[in-house]
Amino acid sequence: MNTLFNFLFASIKAGTPLLFGTTGEIVTEKAGNTNLGVEGMMFMGAFMGFFVACYTDSLVLALLAAFALGVFGALIYAYITVSLRANQVVTGLALTIFGSGLANFFGQLMIANYKAANGGAIPKLSERMSAILSEQPIPLLSQIPVVGKVLFSHNILVYLAVIIAVLCRFYMKRTRFGLDMRAVGENAAAADAAGISVTKVKYINILFGGGICGLGGAYISLIDGGGVWNNNCVSGKGWIAVALVIFAGWKPTMAILGSLIFGAFTVLQFYVSKSVIAIPNAFYTMLPYLITAIVLVVTSMRKSNKVMQPKGCGVNYFRESR
Amino acid sequence: MKKRVVSLMLVCAMVLLCAVSFAGCGKKDDVKQESSADNKDFKVGVIHIGDPADGAGYSYAHDQGIVKMQKELNLSDDQIVRKINVSDGDAVATRTAIEECINDGCKIIFGTSWGYMDTMEQMAAEYPDVVFSHGTGYKSNGKNFNNYFGRIYQARYLSGIAAGLKTKSNKIGYVAAMDISNSEVTGGINAFAMGVESVNPNAKVYVKVTNSWFSPDLEKQAAEALLDGGCDVIAQHCDTTAPQLAAQARGVWGVGYNSDMTKDAPKAHLTAPIWNWDVYYTKAVKAVMDGTWDGSNYYGGMDEGLVDISPLSENCAEGTKEAVEAAKAKIISGENKIFAGELYDNKGNMVCKEGEVISDADITGNMNWYYRTVVAE
Repeated sequence: MNTLFNFLFASIKAGTPLLFGTTGEIVTEKAGNTNLGVEGMMFMGAFMGFFVACYTDSLVLALLAAFALGVFGALIYAYITVSLRANQVVTGLALTIFGSGLANFFGQLMIANYKAANGGAIPKLSERMSAILSEQPIPLLSQIPVVGKVLFSHNILVYLAVIIAVLCRFYMKRTRFGLDMRAVGENAAAADAAGISVTKVKYINILFGGGICGLGGAYISLIDGGGVWNNNCVSGKGWIAVALVIFAGWKPTMAILGSLIFGAFTVLQFYVSKSVIAIPNAFYTMLPYLITAIVLVVTSMRKSNKVMQPKGCGVNYFRESR
Repeated sequence: MKKRVVSLMLVCAMVLLCAVSFAGCGKKDDVKQESSADNKDFKVGVIHIGDPADGAGYSYAHDQGIVKMQKELNLSDDQIVRKINVSDGDAVATRTAIEECINDGCKIIFGTSWGYMDTMEQMAAEYPDVVFSHGTGYKSNGKNFNNYFGRIYQARYLSGIAAGLKTKSNKIGYVAAMDISNSEVTGGINAFAMGVESVNPNAKVYVKVTNSWFSPDLEKQAAEALLDGGCDVIAQHCDTTAPQLAAQARGVWGVGYNSDMTKDAPKAHLTAPIWNWDVYYTKAVKAVMDGTWDGSNYYGGMDEGLVDISPLSENCAEGTKEAVEAAKAKIISGENKIFAGELYDNKGNMVCKEGEVISDADITGNMNWYYRTVVAE
């Protein structure tokens, strides 16, 4: 039983960066733009979050900076697709390549400069920062048997991810802005006719979504990296997040479940006893991606209006060609 | 139209920004060394799978060897051509990197990762004037393509002693990059487990496989799974410091690999099996320079100093120093061959008879069983 709880605990941790990325992408897609640059924005956030956490020793500043660089990445995307109306897919791919290159390049530069300035020591998070980011049981709640350990003894970024996902759901379903955004995503021309500023709504949501992706990157570099900078740290998580959007049916709350499942597949190999199921390790490594492919097939087969992609997704809005 | 102009300007600005930052990057922080007069044109190429700037791990260990070789032989910085982040699964990238080295005038090229082997073999035939030296593999042509490696299992045995003396739960975790089919990893685990057993017969070694040489998040997750299972020392055969950092975060202990990871996880790290690649690099470069290169393979051990363990940290249990030194003396004198019979695997089969010793070739190339105290589940 204990192994099961440890497994669930590890799954939540492994799923959290996916949750950030998925939530960010849902917000973007709901406004009618498919941004395949999630990986790139996560890379940018990963670098910036680590860099600022390392040099200022402030978690709040680090998260703000990661959010800001995610916004910057999304701004490039938004300007090119919304204002210049270029192809969304190509722009997103370019953003992925750009973001990963940027993060690795400046990551190396940071290490080189830090080493030169600090007599060969590599940049590391301070002990104070590591303590803030460590797993801490919440008083009282963590005392609950079974769920206490699994749900309420995480690092604070895990809760942040869940809170953001829930708030996004609320924003999309229950607020005026959320309604505007969904209207733009479904039918930009109709929204325009109703007096909604399509460009403004798209910009705001793309930038906001990009910022959340940036936070996901910060989670990877601050928590998963163990306190040091690793090149190529995002390594495909952004792509899984894009697939998870479809799995979650464009609902941030479903994304919580989806990211948990994908996180579980990532760590499954370390918790399943070889004596129970003897499967080659390579199979486990393949699993999250295999599941991604299956999910894409299955979801594209189900034809329910409620879980369809926003109709405006991938199509740029030209007011003149209405 | 106005938007087009603006976006064009933005692109230009970005290109400029990149160019400026690249220019800043080219600046060397090391003081340039003057080379000795007669070998000014001699160049050495190195192909790294990762980036030595990471400050720990595999490529860093190799590069430290290159740096020491450079100092020893008094070469200037221009005479070392480094190619970093060359994927060893990508034959085209490998070939391009090596060709760049050759075009730069390199007379000897070190390929530090397993996957460069086949490409280097082919190119050795195409460029008979250049020496190709490949690490960790098994192929060679006896002329300008050789292979170099060492008895790291000797160092792993010693690090096992440190781990065996430290553990309280008698459960030692081992994050392995590859599974039982990779005999370099498996042989290392077995030697480590024997070192543990020599001082603590009750301890077991629990293995988790990441299936990747370099993957910080998987290595961390594997280490955490081992910690969840009650392990209180985490050893590793993979390239990042993530397992050590995971052990430190839980307040327990670790045995690193490749370089002294005490600087990375000062509260957890005991010691690490390390490579002193400069022992080989200096020898090889000098041989090519002097024209005494004979194309023979190199397989070094603790007696030459190619492998060793990093200085024992203050986290080590009492008596570790004495036990390690005694074992080290026996290994260097040849009294303890480590893989000497009788040996049993963890399924109860005898794998080495009394009085026999498993050959180095079998240890690095043909070992697909786990020692009896190893638990791989």
